[in-house]
Amino acid sequence: MFKNAINGLFTFFYAISQLATLTWEVFYRFPLIFKNFDLTVKQIRIIGLGSIPLVLVTGAFIGMETIMQANFQMQGLVPMRYLGYAVSKALITELAPVITSFVVSSRISTAIAAEIGSMRTTEQLDAMYCLSLDHIRYVILPKVAAAAIMLPVLVIFSELVGYLASIFIAYAFINVTMFTYLEGLRLFFYAPDMVIGILKTSIFGVIIAISGAYFGLACVKGAEGIGAATTCAVMLSAMLILVFDFIVALIFL
Amino acid sequence: MEKTEQRKPILKIEHLVKNFGTKRVLKNVNFEVFAGEIVCVIGQSGHGKSVLMKNIMGLMHPDGGQIMFKGDVIASPTTPTSKYDDVRQKFGLLFQGAALFDSMTIEDNIAFALRERTDFSETEIHQKVVKSISMVGLNNVEHLMPADLSGGMRSRVGLARAVVMEPEIMLYDEPTSALDPIMTDMVNDLILDLRQRLNMTSIIITHDISSAYKIADKIVMIYEGNVVFNGTPGEIRSSRDPYVQKFIRGNRKTYYAFDDDDGKEQNVDVGELQHARDTRKFGGISSLKVVPKAVPLEKIR
Ligand SMILES: Nc1ncnc2c1ncn2[C@@H]1O[C@H](COP(=O)(O)OP(=O)(O)OP(=O)(O)O)[C@@H](O)[C@H]1O
Ligand SMILES: [Mg+2]
Repeated sequence: MFKNAINGLFTFFYAISQLATLTWEVFYRFPLIFKNFDLTVKQIRIIGLGSIPLVLVTGAFIGMETIMQANFQMQGLVPMRYLGYAVSKALITELAPVITSFVVSSRISTAIAAEIGSMRTTEQLDAMYCLSLDHIRYVILPKVAAAAIMLPVLVIFSELVGYLASIFIAYAFINVTMFTYLEGLRLFFYAPDMVIGILKTSIFGVIIAISGAYFGLACVKGAEGIGAATTCAVMLSAMLILVFDFIVALIFL
Repeated sequence: MEKTEQRKPILKIEHLVKNFGTKRVLKNVNFEVFAGEIVCVIGQSGHGKSVLMKNIMGLMHPDGGQIMFKGDVIASPTTPTSKYDDVRQKFGLLFQGAALFDSMTIEDNIAFALRERTDFSETEIHQKVVKSISMVGLNNVEHLMPADLSGGMRSRVGLARAVVMEPEIMLYDEPTSALDPIMTDMVNDLILDLRQRLNMTSIIITHDISSAYKIADKIVMIYEGNVVFNGTPGEIRSSRDPYVQKFIRGNRKTYYAFDDDDGKEQNVDVGELQHARDTRKFGGISSLKVVPKAVPLEKIR
């Protein structure tokens, strides 16, 4: 029992060190992005543009739910002037960045794990090695870069739609004048919040892509292997997103 | 001068051992390959041929013994894999399943390494791609994706992708197992042609004994992780080892023909039997007697 715990702990730290190594290996090659920028552009198309419909729907619901929840909690306690303030803060610092990243992660980290996992099991990565082609540079780096670039963009979309949706809800369902609500949104808008909220999703993008790549690389042969790789990838990225979100909050809030 | 050059093996494998967990897949593999030589590696399925290739290529790390390239140790339990990086550029490997890059067209598959590792212009690269595709008997496949090709076509694209880099040593993992007889001949000719033009050394895993006879200078037979035979096609044909005979003759019924008088004997297989009777091509056999292989030779004698 005790031995198992030690073993588990050991594997855990081993995995952490492996992840850190992979991340370092990717960042170390960062200047090479510009030599094959077409690869990154292709990934931007797949990872970024492909996620837009998903993000729009997510953003709309995040906005609608935030205002409902804020209204529910504030009713009768705080002047409705602050409704816009509450929605705005919650939306741009936490809810839109984190929930959007979760949803995008369920699409992207799994896809990356499956793609790299199948490259591993069908020996395509070995073939790259034999041709002296660096798989981190050509396969993993473009995905990481694309995710880091596109996550903030996606979150901006999500926030925009979230705002619009919240305005619609305020207008249609909540006992507050349009003027009061919009003024609340505008008056307490604090740009640094939004910038940090958006920029931290770049970190989330890296987390999403690296988690996928890590479990893809470790994938064992067979459909079961790919299934396990995708599951682990999405679990790890969700956990790490929360961990890093907390770290960012500690530092900046 | 040239003779001493030639005597030095380009690749030397000594006491190679590879374990997977507790399972010892390669037990003790020894053989040498000389520059320009074509060596065929044969052996039953699952006896470690692909593992041997991957050790040579640096995809796997040996647990014992060593591999030497032109006198330098490039792989041993104590040699770091990174030491191997520049040597690897002189090696090419055709994978058993071709291992084409799924997300790229056939042209990009072949051109990828050319674009990244050489200074050829885009037009030169395109010409090389088209040429290498026709060299393996395909045409108009440049813009297709790997998923659009049949198994045999994929394997030939894999071949084109590897040889377009003109490696010094080319390793083939079953290049002809998915091919029809005509394409098999074509690939065999290609291997011979590469030696002719570039003095390319080839190590070929194959289950196709007749191809091995045609092109091999040397045949190495692996059995349960050991080399059990190493010699020319002529030597393997006349080998008396029952396992070797069984392997190269498969399930075909084999007959022995031998001379009663002085005990001199020859193997004759079914196809050659009538011919042997007619011409007495096995000189010195005066009374040709034919006995099924199942009967031990000693008993008859
Ligand atoms: N990565 C690996 N992990 C564990 N075992 C392996 C691995 N690769 C190969 N093996 C084992 O090594 C043995 C030899 O495999 P190998 O692929 O070399 O066979 P082979 O001689 O190439 O057979 P075939 O003619 O069918 O291709 C097999 O029993 C296989 O299970
Ligand atoms: Mg094999």
